Amino acid sequence: MSPDLQLDSRGRLRHLLTLEGLPPELLLQILDTAEDLEQRLRGPDKKLALLSGRTIINLFFEASTRTRSTFELAATRLSADVLNLQISASSTSKGETLFDTLKTMEAMQADLFVIRHEASGAAHFFAQHAAPGVAILNAGDGRHAHPTQGLLDLYTIRRYKGDISKLRIAIVGDVLHSRVARSDIHGLRALGAQEIRVVAPPTLVPVGIEQMGVSVHHQLESGLDGVDVVILLRLQKERMLGAFLPSMSEFHRDFGLTRARLDRLKSDAIIMHPGPINRGVEIEGDVAYGPRSVILQQVQHGIAVRMAVMAMILGDPATAAPSRRRGARR
Amino acid sequence: MSNKTSKPRSRRAAAPTNNSDWSAESHRPISATPSAEGSLLIRQARVLDPASKLDGTAHVGIRDGKITYVGAAAPRETYDQQLDAGGLWLLPGLVDLCARFREPGQTHKARFATETRAAQASGISHIVLPPDTVPVIDTPAMLMRVHGIASQSGGLGVHVLGALTKGLAGEALAEMSALKSAGVVGVSNGLQPIRDVLIARRALEYAKGLGLTVHVFAQDSTLAAAGCAHEGPVATRLGLSAIPVAAEVAAIRFWISLIEDTGARVHFCRLSTAKGAGLVESAQKRGLAVSADVAAHQLFLTDRDVDGFNAQCHLLPPLRSAEDRDTLRAAVRLGVIGAICSDHQPHEADAKINPFPMTEPGLSGLETLLPLTLALVHEGVLTPLQAAARLGLGPAQIAGIAAGRIERGAAADLVLVDPDSEWTLYPERMLSAGRNTPFAGRNFRGRIRHSFHNGVAVHSAG
Repeated sequence: MSPDLQLDSRGRLRHLLTLEGLPPELLLQILDTAEDLEQRLRGPDKKLALLSGRTIINLFFEASTRTRSTFELAATRLSADVLNLQISASSTSKGETLFDTLKTMEAMQADLFVIRHEASGAAHFFAQHAAPGVAILNAGDGRHAHPTQGLLDLYTIRRYKGDISKLRIAIVGDVLHSRVARSDIHGLRALGAQEIRVVAPPTLVPVGIEQMGVSVHHQLESGLDGVDVVILLRLQKERMLGAFLPSMSEFHRDFGLTRARLDRLKSDAIIMHPGPINRGVEIEGDVAYGPRSVILQQVQHGIAVRMAVMAMILGDPATAAPSRRRGARR
Repeated sequence: MSNKTSKPRSRRAAAPTNNSDWSAESHRPISATPSAEGSLLIRQARVLDPASKLDGTAHVGIRDGKITYVGAAAPRETYDQQLDAGGLWLLPGLVDLCARFREPGQTHKARFATETRAAQASGISHIVLPPDTVPVIDTPAMLMRVHGIASQSGGLGVHVLGALTKGLAGEALAEMSALKSAGVVGVSNGLQPIRDVLIARRALEYAKGLGLTVHVFAQDSTLAAAGCAHEGPVATRLGLSAIPVAAEVAAIRFWISLIEDTGARVHFCRLSTAKGAGLVESAQKRGLAVSADVAAHQLFLTDRDVDGFNAQCHLLPPLRSAEDRDTLRAAVRLGVIGAICSDHQPHEADAKINPFPMTEPGLSGLETLLPLTLALVHEGVLTPLQAAARLGLGPAQIAGIAAGRIERGAAADLVLVDPDSEWTLYPERMLSAGRNTPFAGRNFRGRIRHSFHNGVAVHSAG
């Protein structure tokens, strides 16, 4: 959807709202740029002058610590000026609409807004109403999209598993409410993943998800059989109890990734989670920090990927790594 | 006889039209407006009267606000004025079973003054208001207040549904007998649910005792929850919380079981699903007193139109699948769905300027009711006579309003349409205060020339 809203007339990234509809070449270019940036920051000096003089505002309508921190770090390492604003839902209900908030913030002459909002479509809304020259980077809108998480997951998978087109991936947990799952699915599909499975009880699988190009499994064992990558989703306890799940322990019993269940995976499979983990719910504690887990590496990659996206939207076009051939990595 | 007319025969139907400069506002009623006391002969229109199944060229005479003549031959009597209508269609004035004029209580969205004008320009002679004004129409005093506001505009039949429960809260029965005496044409709980099954049953029993039709918006509130889009691939991809088909189906089943129990007469409002239409059809076949309507846009748009987070397509009930839409069209053709309504919900611009789930549902529908229904005729879904029935006679019978007929003695509520004139909808030219339409920029074929209410030309174009 909306590649026209996200890309300029020359096909360059103008906003990043969703991975849906982005050309695979562009996705790979973002990953390659992230890789180059990561290498350039390997030394003790962790600052590049790429976005010196640019202003980035983190506009978070939903509470977030880690995602906001990685966006802040990414912007700082590119030498941009960063302003963090946490706006609670109550202040927007005091008569100021989201449109008013956007226009007020625009008056502060920011170049890019990193936006997180609980309503699906919020990032599109901001992009549609933003002044020309103001870019929107979606840091999560409702259940719809979390494109930088999707990109850092692609980056991590490519780093550890190589060519994505040869891989089977299982996404386990609350797919219904998950913007991460949706962005992962779009990204993995664009890069030609061999098979994408979603694994969850029927109450947590949205109707028609098959049309996004995934198969649906309601049993963890069959869902994990022979996969190269497991992506666990965070279960939001507060909204689960009642109609979606009888209890957290029952979810753990049927869908929790335990040491015993690791045998189902390929021997070199990796385990991912967008964080923060619920120990003893989605995953056993020692599996989370076991040899197959790349959960902490995901956090690290998140900074590089977010730097890449910011640099490609705001920076000199020459910053971006030249696009390499599709899927031909390592 | 026919030579008496001095006017040359109008060829308006064939005249080239300029899409860009047309606006309803620029066209005032015809200069020599026949007053209710005057007389007018509409000559040689294609007259569409579903009640008599007349579909043919005829003369229609109007005198003192009533239809005094319908016939293929010109009448013997003389008329003050003659209107040559060759090539035009003459339909009974439209009866819209659901239009919200937002007054009282939400005048920042719309008022009777603007919406009455929009209805007149849209060929609508009668509207039925749901009771969910602010405050709710649950007392005769509120009903009188609404009629008082309506009378200041005039030129439109304004009918009201009374509240089924006090304040639409679903907890206690409204004073339906008093409301009936004061003139409501039915009762309804609007879009509000009645969660208590016992209250629902008693409400049907009580309404039946009074001979009142209960208008039901059939959507299970717990299944619909906070949903804002049809449950399916589009809502899943966009991450929008969904309203399943089961929300409508479960509610219709529930109400049908109470209709079987009580024998009450129930009208199902705004059907959106194929299964819902199927349930209504089978109930009708079993002889239950059940009718249904559909909003015109539901026969055209689908959940795919929501893609891109198009807030103008945030509607309630939600836009469903193409299969649902096609089955609803068939149900309209068969008459299972006896009425097409506008489900007019004008909004101020701000109501739609937000992320999709935070926008207010509804569209401004008066001005697309007839054009969309004519599109069904042009597409071959409905015959012109069927279209006239679903827009006039059908809804009039459902609401118990004496309207929808072109026959001697009937009120002269008529609309004269040029069926082939093409035009484009520009929201900024709409007469309604609400410009919230998903049909902006759409090309339509068929334009209203004159609207008559009680013999008075309340709108004329060209």
